[in-house]
Amino acid sequence: MMWQRIWSLVIKELLAVWRDKKSRMVLIIPPMAQLIIFSFAATLDVKNASIAILNHDSGKVSTDLIQQFVGSPTFASIVYLQGVEQIRPTIDQQRAMMVLHIDESFSRQLYAGKPASVQLILDGRKSNTTQIVAGYATEIINQFSDAFAKERGFPVQSARLIVRNWYNPNLIYLWFNVPNLVGILTMVVSLIITALSVARERELGTFDQLLVSPMEPFEIVVGKTLPAVIISLGEATLILGVAIGLYQIPFLGSLWVLYVSLIVFVFAVVGVGLFLSSICKTQQQAILASFVFMSPALLLSGYATPIENMPVWLQKIDLINPIRYFLVITKGVFLKGMPFSIAWELIWPMAVIAFFNLLGANWMFRRRLE
Amino acid sequence: MRPIFALIKKEFFQIIRDPSSILISGVLPLILLFIYGFGVSLDLDHLRIGLVMEEESDEAVSFAESLRNSRYFEVTTVRDRRELEDKMLEGKIRGFVVIPAYFSSSWKRPGQEAPLQVITDGSEPNTAQFVQNYVRGAFSVWLQQEKLNQNLKGLPLIQTLPRFWYNEELESRNFLIPGSIAIIMTLIGTLLTALVVAREWERGTMEALMSTPVTIFQLLVGKIVPYFILGMLSMTLCVVVAVWFYQIPLRGSFLVLAMSSASFLLAATLLGLFISTLSKNQFVASQASIVSAFLPAFILSGFIFEISSMPGWIQALTHFIPARYFVSSLQTLFLVGNVWEVILPNTFFILLFALIVLTLTVYKTAKRLDG
Repeated sequence: MMWQRIWSLVIKELLAVWRDKKSRMVLIIPPMAQLIIFSFAATLDVKNASIAILNHDSGKVSTDLIQQFVGSPTFASIVYLQGVEQIRPTIDQQRAMMVLHIDESFSRQLYAGKPASVQLILDGRKSNTTQIVAGYATEIINQFSDAFAKERGFPVQSARLIVRNWYNPNLIYLWFNVPNLVGILTMVVSLIITALSVARERELGTFDQLLVSPMEPFEIVVGKTLPAVIISLGEATLILGVAIGLYQIPFLGSLWVLYVSLIVFVFAVVGVGLFLSSICKTQQQAILASFVFMSPALLLSGYATPIENMPVWLQKIDLINPIRYFLVITKGVFLKGMPFSIAWELIWPMAVIAFFNLLGANWMFRRRLE
Repeated sequence: MRPIFALIKKEFFQIIRDPSSILISGVLPLILLFIYGFGVSLDLDHLRIGLVMEEESDEAVSFAESLRNSRYFEVTTVRDRRELEDKMLEGKIRGFVVIPAYFSSSWKRPGQEAPLQVITDGSEPNTAQFVQNYVRGAFSVWLQQEKLNQNLKGLPLIQTLPRFWYNEELESRNFLIPGSIAIIMTLIGTLLTALVVAREWERGTMEALMSTPVTIFQLLVGKIVPYFILGMLSMTLCVVVAVWFYQIPLRGSFLVLAMSSASFLLAATLLGLFISTLSKNQFVASQASIVSAFLPAFILSGFIFEISSMPGWIQALTHFIPARYFVSSLQTLFLVGNVWEVILPNTFFILLFALIVLTLTVYKTAKRLDG
């Protein structure tokens, strides 16, 4: 009897979403558009950076060095400066992120086998990008320096670093972005569906009808949770299809590990959504409240910046953030072939979060009933 | 003018009586500023890395020491690299450095380069880049030290001397906090305005207002002004927190900052009004403002992600995002100063955007009345 009542509520919810053209559109178009645009746009990678070169040296070595920069895909447009006084306006007006300054003694020093130096002036307004630019520039200069020393028979460096990147040898940013977006977009969709399903009924007054119906608060919670979970899983499957089929992101792990984690993750997010909407009175409040939860959750998810970089107390608060666990799993399953034994360590905290939120929502509904 | 004041007064009462407007204009900005200040830092300085020491020669020990002394790393030392492979899989370390068993023997042989292996977790490319850069940095400092100590073999002939202007200490907070003002103002200007006006359409009170002797122009002004004032208050709050609490330098003048912000807020509010006029439904309005204003302000504005690294078609798209111009003005005003060559074109494009949206809104609203 109880399951039958829940079942009819589930069917009703699914139909409510499916029959409404606007809801259907919102479920398909924005997530797909975001997947396509953000997977390419949200990149901390550096390409096509504009740089400027100020060369005071007249020798051949400096021209050879500059050629190395011209040929590199990291640097696109190169502006040549004539004097030191042009450096400041070039940086200030963002015509270049970096100015490479070679002084007049450069070739002379090198031919004599003495160390010479190159100055890099970088725009600190974008210190993340310019640090990477400085890294690339240093690598180009070091390689050039080694080649020059070898060619001329000068003593070479006594040790060398050999760098390898595992799981993503060429550091392709898309491979990082798309698995993350699977988690992020799923979270956005499931949070909004849940928060609105209750709030809309509240505003229309049909929620009170639901409360006075023979249904227990527990049954209402289950009946509101299941449809949201089903829709979110469908959405996630669609996104996964695009990730694997269209973007051809390597998928080394097994699908069942990903789906088990995905189901627990979606339950956790839906739990949060349901809890928020059990507190809110109107649709507007529900939308804004889910927003107030979503932005910090995303910012502290480890997507934009590593979690270990945050202050310790904030890392502790972040333990209740479901998406921080799921992002480790999706990247792990996609790129590293993460087995279930390791994924489990990240799954159970999400299950705890789901449990407490659903319990909270249940409690709030019950209180409203009494 | 009287009807306008009456409308503004009505709107203000609505703002004050609804806790969710206060939540989004007062509490959310503070939460966001707080997170940007403490939680989101692109300066990676607690990177957990592993170190595999396959030998314990003097050179190996001194290199290990220089890695441990680097302020960027928290180093776990082991003897066998297999111990670290699972940790990489779990994402518990960001990479590791291997000092091979034959390191000191090739170090001592003249004309030969002793190899050190650096392995990073490429599943997070940005972090991997920084692990590489910082290991390189620690390595070249160590090499110079060794050269001084042992007077052995050659150093790299060409030294690179980087200088970071305007943000010498390389604090990402210095550009993230100014940029986040653009996000907060987008939320208030676009999302809040769109929601509130959409609610009036949904409940039919907009039509009720239109049937009064109030003109469309008065109606639009009456809607915009309260949220504009709310946004400017919130901007002032952000600047106060940025300058006094986070000690971000404000090298440009406050007046120029206020004027750039006002023009951006105008554009954002008009966009919110336009969205609500089109959708007249809160759910759709919230989705439309998130997709057309909030997410672009976050991702396509150059706030965190560098625009020049994006594919050409997305770069073209960013030109239609007012936040792109505003973020550039904000970062310049805070860190560099009043650089007119940057500020004036940016403000011009923002106002142009506002004008286009205003024209579209007036056109749409007028049509609704006729029909």
